[in-house]
Amino acid sequence: MEFINEIITLLAEICQDDIVKENPDIDLFDAGLLDSFGTIELLVQVEERFGIMVPISEFDRDLWNTPNSIALQLADWK
Amino acid sequence: MTPYGSFTFFFIVAILLAPTIILGLQGKRFQTYNMFVTILALGLIFSSTLRGAIALILFTIWQVLLIKSYIAYRKKANGNSIFYLAVILSILPLALSKLMPYFSQVNLIGFLGISYLTFKGIQLIMETRDGLIKKDIPLSRLLYFILFFPTISSGPIDRYRRFEKNFQAEVTADQYKLLLYQGINKIFQGFLYKYIIGYSINHFFIAKLRFYAHSQFEHQLYYMYSYSLYLFFDFAGYSAFAIGVSYIMGIKSPENFNLPFISRNIKDFWNRWHMSLSFWFRDFVYMRFVFWIMKKKWIKNRNLVSNLGYILLFLLMGIWHGLEIQYILYGIYHALLMVIYNSFERFNKKHKWWPQNKFTHAVAIIITFHFVCFGFYIFSGQLFHKGV
Repeated sequence: MEFINEIITLLAEICQDDIVKENPDIDLFDAGLLDSFGTIELLVQVEERFGIMVPISEFDRDLWNTPNSIALQLADWK
Repeated sequence: MTPYGSFTFFFIVAILLAPTIILGLQGKRFQTYNMFVTILALGLIFSSTLRGAIALILFTIWQVLLIKSYIAYRKKANGNSIFYLAVILSILPLALSKLMPYFSQVNLIGFLGISYLTFKGIQLIMETRDGLIKKDIPLSRLLYFILFFPTISSGPIDRYRRFEKNFQAEVTADQYKLLLYQGINKIFQGFLYKYIIGYSINHFFIAKLRFYAHSQFEHQLYYMYSYSLYLFFDFAGYSAFAIGVSYIMGIKSPENFNLPFISRNIKDFWNRWHMSLSFWFRDFVYMRFVFWIMKKKWIKNRNLVSNLGYILLFLLMGIWHGLEIQYILYGIYHALLMVIYNSFERFNKKHKWWPQNKFTHAVAIIITFHFVCFGFYIFSGQLFHKGV
């Protein structure tokens, strides 16, 4: 649970919007909160802070679309 | 024979795929038969030019050797220079085929579809590097992926891991019925787009522009909008054929268009226009470039990194279309639009200058449409042809 919260906090920083915390099931790409650049910031930060390396081509927007699903995917990669 | 270029082609494909459909409707596996069909269809497509056929065979051997060796190497080691070398060698045939016309009368390397097949090769090498393709790929499946005939001439550009999932899936009779229905639907959408709407725009309007336009300026203006619409209907129609035939063969080739003329901005446009190409460039050029710069912390300014990424992406995309001046300018034009829009987006996030409502949405679509059409006008090369 703590891990999921940390990821959501990180996402809120990257998207610069607290709606990520309020509604962790929001589609970040549809809502225009995350784009390719934000995705890279996320991957770089995840590697630096948590030591999880996720290859860019693994980041499929259909599966990594909401804060919750991103956190779950990352938990899998840990 | 040009794929989807004549009734004969559709007729032959229908006969070739009849056994696939019968097997599919009974819930039986048909991919082995489809591989056999692919060989026949390739023979048909390339039978008219022996030179093209030889170039295709040599190209395929080259890519297969390269991919196989890289996968074997990657199991043991992961050196940077070997990876770069593999990517360069993968691009080499395409680069040579683009440069060759400047040096010799006959292009020995080029063939129909080389630009599209190259994407598949590079992609396989990059995903192997990422550790996403670990196991050796059976030769027959690798060849089937690269040479899959419905998409051979102009895409859509598929991804290997996606393709493999479809290839291995057990398709039940009911699931196949749906695939068949969607496939036929797409093929008829293709007829409507390419051979009714696209053809009409070209035949009844563009070809007769001199009767409609009263001045040179008017002529160019009409050409710009009609050519843009023609380009969309022609290419979206072709894509619908390719996707439709893929579906009937149990492969869900990715979509290429999603109503591009209702884009709200240029970024949105590139998520809707020639999507399999723009996503390829996004994933394998832009994102990798940005990742690399950010990780090395060479440039601190995030805006600058992003803009450099866009410039790189669109310059490469322009060059990929061809080395002619109009394609390079087309790339520069879109790079500029992206950089300007990127700055605007950042500005607007802070100052909330452009409100979001139905009215501004409509205005945004109209503005984007005109900018997009001007891009196609550059792309058409009309600017550089004298005496229209």
